[in-house]
Amino acid sequence: MSLEINHDRCMHCGACVGSCPENSLFLREFVLEVDESCVECGTCVKTCPINALKLRGV
Amino acid sequence: MDPDEGDILECDLLVVGGGPIGSTAARFAAKNYSGKIMVIEKRQEIGSPVRCAEGISTGWLDELEIEKTEHFMSKKVLGAKLYSPGGHELKIGKELAGDEVGAVMERDIFDKEMAVLAGREGVDYMLKTSAINVIEEEGRVKGVKARKMGDEFTIEADLVIGADGFESQIGRWADIYDSLAPKDIMTCFQYRMTDIDFDPDHTHFFLGSAAPGGYLWIFPKGEKTANVGMGVQLSQLDGSMSVRDYLDRFIEENEWLNQGQAIDMVAGGVSVSPPPEKVVKDGLMLVGDAARVVDPITGGGIANGMKQAKIAGEVAARALNENDTSEEFLQKYEERWREKLEDKLWRNYMAKEKAVQLDDEQFDQVIDALSDQKIEEMSTEAILLAVGEKYPGLIESFQDMM
Ligand SMILES: Cc1cc2nc3c(=O)[nH]c(=O)nc-3n(C[C@H](O)[C@H](O)[C@H](O)COP(=O)(O)OP(=O)(O)OC[C@H]3O[C@@H](n4cnc5c(N)ncnc54)[C@H](O)[C@@H]3O)c2cc1C
Repeated sequence: MSLEINHDRCMHCGACVGSCPENSLFLREFVLEVDESCVECGTCVKTCPINALKLRGV
Repeated sequence: MDPDEGDILECDLLVVGGGPIGSTAARFAAKNYSGKIMVIEKRQEIGSPVRCAEGISTGWLDELEIEKTEHFMSKKVLGAKLYSPGGHELKIGKELAGDEVGAVMERDIFDKEMAVLAGREGVDYMLKTSAINVIEEEGRVKGVKARKMGDEFTIEADLVIGADGFESQIGRWADIYDSLAPKDIMTCFQYRMTDIDFDPDHTHFFLGSAAPGGYLWIFPKGEKTANVGMGVQLSQLDGSMSVRDYLDRFIEENEWLNQGQAIDMVAGGVSVSPPPEKVVKDGLMLVGDAARVVDPITGGGIANGMKQAKIAGEVAARALNENDTSEEFLQKYEERWREKLEDKLWRNYMAKEKAVQLDDEQFDQVIDALSDQKIEEMSTEAILLAVGEKYPGLIESFQDMM
């Protein structure tokens, strides 16, 4: 999986979860998880209000 | 007692999400139906942390049968002020009459109060409990897979209400609608700032390219304290700056703000989309942010969601009483909420689509043209009408909506 989640930055607001076109993200209470359905489109990276997400190698 | 791994729990109505809208739908269902109604909420504390700027109109509270409001109201305001990039200002409100036109809430207290009102009607709550999938049989929703404290179990229900907010996973797991388009998503960041200099009797909105496709808001919490936040449209971001970067830049550039201290940080997303084609299917209804009824111009979702929740609860009770939770029966919900909200949602969606095309110069023209007008009502229609009188050219493309 090449979506990198920076748990130190994440404010577990769920903005990325609601924006994900594949519904691949899940807030496990306050821990963000991504599953294998992720297509690495980068929507969540742009959505994240606080730059907690990035695609590896980008 | 917490459920064990593999348990099967049963209830008549299961509400997923203990936000104000889920609690209110559960409350109105419980008022009209005597069976088992349960709310599950992922968080350990209802209403916290707050994901909201807390600004509301107040007209709808009576209709929702909420009598005591003082304890969750932080500050009443007399009106709103809109600012263009060039510094023109437009005041909206019934200044002279001295009536309040809105208020800023304490959302954590409000959300808990909505749960208290539901609890009083007999609704059960289960906290720290997540729905992790929807259970369907032949296209009919039968309940959810859930997890609490590490144990996974099943909750079966005759009817499920998805009130899971912007995350809106219930509706997508059940294939009711697609994911949102980037232009219909606002990503937001907010500080509660103290020791800032501003007029605390108004809400303030700063328009233009400082907040691409959105706006910056200042909602007063007291004399020198306010929620200072920004929402930007996802499709207007190029990836080089996050919404927080835009907000920080605005604060840095304004002396009356940059001396202040942040005492709270809030992030979040809101939908600014057209109303979905459908929000029900056999055994399932969606409500509130999960039903995407946020006002596309303001990004406010509380009032619309609360009105929709009352209808959802009433129809849910009827469906359970009459033993029919089919999509066909649940059309009564679709009809009633659309009658109340849909026209305005569409109109404001179209207005949003136009407004995001305005450049800074046009915002200056519009606000300047309006600044000597008396606009008493904080509504898109009132603003457009006033623009039309002063600036027929600019308003032409909006005309079909009015
Ligand atoms: C930054 C920001 C500012 C805003 N400002 C305003 C404003 O000034 N005025 C206004 O009217 N509106 C505003 N809104 C919108 C407003 O916050 C929402 O419309 C409102 O919270 C909707 O209530 P809800 O109950 O539908 O959803 P929420 O309040 O989001 O509640 C949903 C609940 O469901 C829970 N949940 C989610 N998934 C699951 C699951 N799988 N299992 C169990 N529980 C789950 C969540 O933990 C949450 O508690 C703002 C939003 C943001 C992000």
